[in-house]
Amino acid sequence: MESIWDALEPHLLSVEKPARYIGMEDGATLPSYEGEVISWLLCYPDTYEVGLPNQGLQMLYEIINEHPNGAAERAYAPWVDLEAVLRREGLPLFSLEHHHRAGDFDVLGFNLAAELTCTNLVNMIDLAQVPVRQGDRGEQHPLVIVGGHCTYNPEPIADFVDAVVLGDGEEVVGELTSVLLAGRRSGWSRHQVLCAMAQVPGVYVPSLYDVTFGPAGSQVSTPRFAEVPAIVEKRTVADLGAWPYPKRQLVPLTEVVHDRLNVEVFRGCTRGCRFCQAGMITRPVRERPAAQVAEMVATGLERTGYEEVTLTSLSTADFSDIEQTVRQIIDDPATGRRVSVSLPSLRVDAFTVGTAAQIQRVKRTGLTFAPEGGTWRMRQVINKLITEEDLYAAVDAAFSQGWRRVKLYFLIGLPTETDEDVLGIAELGRRCVELGRRYHHSVTVTVSVGGFVPKAQTPFQWFGQDTPEELKRKIILLREATRTTRGLSLRWHEAEATLAEGIVSRADRRMGKVIERVWAAGGTFQEWSEHFSLDRWLDACAAEGIDVDELVHRERPTDEPLPWDHLSAGLHREFLADDYADAISQVAVEDCRWTPCYDCGACTGLGLEHVVASPIPPAGGSQGTGQDRSNGGAIPVQLSAARR
Amino acid sequence: MTAELADRLRIRYTKLGKIRFTSQRDVARMWERALRRAKVPVAYTSGFSPRPLLGFSLALPTGGESDAEYLDVRLDPAEARGGEFVVNPQAPLEGPAYLDLAQMLTPLLPQGIDVACAVGLPHSEESLQEAVTSCNWELEVSGVDSDGVTEAVERLLSSTTVLVERDRKGRRVTDDVRPAVLALSATGPSPRHPTNHGLTAHLAMRPRGLRPSELLRALDENLVLTRARRTHQWIDRSDARLEPLSVTGQLPGACVPDHSGQLA
Repeated sequence: MESIWDALEPHLLSVEKPARYIGMEDGATLPSYEGEVISWLLCYPDTYEVGLPNQGLQMLYEIINEHPNGAAERAYAPWVDLEAVLRREGLPLFSLEHHHRAGDFDVLGFNLAAELTCTNLVNMIDLAQVPVRQGDRGEQHPLVIVGGHCTYNPEPIADFVDAVVLGDGEEVVGELTSVLLAGRRSGWSRHQVLCAMAQVPGVYVPSLYDVTFGPAGSQVSTPRFAEVPAIVEKRTVADLGAWPYPKRQLVPLTEVVHDRLNVEVFRGCTRGCRFCQAGMITRPVRERPAAQVAEMVATGLERTGYEEVTLTSLSTADFSDIEQTVRQIIDDPATGRRVSVSLPSLRVDAFTVGTAAQIQRVKRTGLTFAPEGGTWRMRQVINKLITEEDLYAAVDAAFSQGWRRVKLYFLIGLPTETDEDVLGIAELGRRCVELGRRYHHSVTVTVSVGGFVPKAQTPFQWFGQDTPEELKRKIILLREATRTTRGLSLRWHEAEATLAEGIVSRADRRMGKVIERVWAAGGTFQEWSEHFSLDRWLDACAAEGIDVDELVHRERPTDEPLPWDHLSAGLHREFLADDYADAISQVAVEDCRWTPCYDCGACTGLGLEHVVASPIPPAGGSQGTGQDRSNGGAIPVQLSAARR
Repeated sequence: MTAELADRLRIRYTKLGKIRFTSQRDVARMWERALRRAKVPVAYTSGFSPRPLLGFSLALPTGGESDAEYLDVRLDPAEARGGEFVVNPQAPLEGPAYLDLAQMLTPLLPQGIDVACAVGLPHSEESLQEAVTSCNWELEVSGVDSDGVTEAVERLLSSTTVLVERDRKGRRVTDDVRPAVLALSATGPSPRHPTNHGLTAHLAMRPRGLRPSELLRALDENLVLTRARRTHQWIDRSDARLEPLSVTGQLPGACVPDHSGQLA
């Protein structure tokens, strides 16, 4: 393979932050290409700063490089200034390790974590000097393979990709490497390779299916060949302990988001929040053994020189014996002197705040909680079962233990939402400020509001998303209601971006032409507000005759064919439909880790079980088990007595 | 001899090759991590968000290479006494201890950052920011032909005043940069790129440092900097020109000229 470094180097002085393009991170591998090697270029369709910390890509990078016939390098989306240079000079997208031409790799593997990065996917394929449409590629071109959470509805990007991997990638990348090697040895055609990949469990090859369309967002997909599976099931790694990756986390030379050690403590979540795609598609819960967590933290800190470690998962406070695990880290004399531990997505109760206070002893910035709904009624609908009692106890604990800034996350545009539910958000925020004033003269409570986008493979996949007008009206309601409270600050996600995300989220294969138009009109970096424009999306939908109202805002009948019906995250369609019906009637369900099974399908269908170290639910609070759900909103915290 | 314990270390290192595209802030973070990995007992600021106390000399512009970068590390006296690191001032001149630290640090840093030496710093030694007075540069430029470069150099050297507009804390100011150009010469076509031309420059860092990019604007607006390499940083004294730390581990010593110091 050819390096473009000599041609690239003179231009790096004229672009912003050139350190993004040199590689050389501690933990990076310069793979050898001697012998029979299947080469993967692992790509993240956003900037280096956003993409480098992605743990999924780093895990696969190590696993492929450990494969006797695998080699993996990395690429991230070049920023617009470097893209202009590459296009002007006729230079291609390149890998960071050897600065190899992207088009020379056997596979371009993309991680899709956010819908609106899809135009960057197309742009990077084009920058690789590879035809963007799958059907236009020839024998000489790399295969484009995608994975990540957005691939649970891959139809919008089906035109651009050769194969999609559903679920955990640890095992699949090795299997695909072996298939591609067999194909090379036997001289298979590209079509033969695609057919062989479709035989690998968890791998979906969109071009091997015929599709017919109904209303916008409705599609029936039928295999074109007998050996192609009618339904592709996701892959699930049963034992996280068998995959202690990344073993050598990349330490970037320049500033990135989440610049710290990350150790994944479990995968999956069974809290059952109905809006949450991640919680639905990653079931069941699989914990990493606590001893392995401790080992990965200790060796990781020693190797990297980091002072901060995040224990990652969808709800880290639910990790069995979390307290002892973090105590072990901060009491370790070898590393613990200044090490701080952060727990993303704190569970909302005083107990959890107590743990946080112990471990964030070095740098104490702010605490974030996510009640998501403004009233107990709303939280029952979405199954985010946090009582007001628990929220206030958590916030009180935070302020009493020295924090002065608390951030609260909410969604608006949820099913059955009324203005009372929306205004409940302001009321919760106002009361939290009052709690803080008991302890500190000046406190800040930031209420952050996002517009809800229904996602594939969730109970809300049929729900008609709020229009931007309706979302804006609700934001104005909140602005009015929060304006007069000093210390209460309101932030919101722009309703236009919420609509664009909704356009891509549940679309059928006709969306490919829209995405291509948005890209061709210059619509890259759509996750970046300075580059985002809703008009490009609306113009492209109009040009392709796609009715946005029908696609996004329509309540879909539960018997309508969905574009992802042939792809399974393990969840029974009946379970999702029943759970949606329960939501509408405000019936909540408990966490099935510690209570009887609801037969969602994830464990039974995959022949798996939850892997938890402790059969005992976390201590107390409304998020343990056996809660009395009748009174969630009915226990007013006595605030007035303490006011001065 | 029971010398007082040093509370600072001075380290000399290079920044060569691809790593030159990292910024000064990036380099500071690399050092923070490397010193932690080497278990050097670095002192921290107190307060809400403690920072390690590292002091660099004049920031190298992103993209610039260097044979002579310096870093002063303040040590935590309590931890230094209890730990493995007992650093005596100027002890490295007599023993191998400083070489061990330099050898230990280099593999913990990215390729291109090589640690030449690390020594304990006596209290009397000035900080790098206070001490360094001038730098030598090897520059490579394009955008103007060979005669044009030579003429521009001659024009600048024969002028008594050269005004350049530059940013100072967000304000545009016009400065006479001529006094800062201590020496300048054109060295002909670059061996790597025959269409590029070489310059060597000796630029003063006081009262205000002159950057290579500013020198180029003073020479000819059409010049483009394609390569910059700092070869020396100097502490100019009335009778001597000394390095903050020589490659053999020699410190300049207190303001009274040190007889072992190298003459320019």
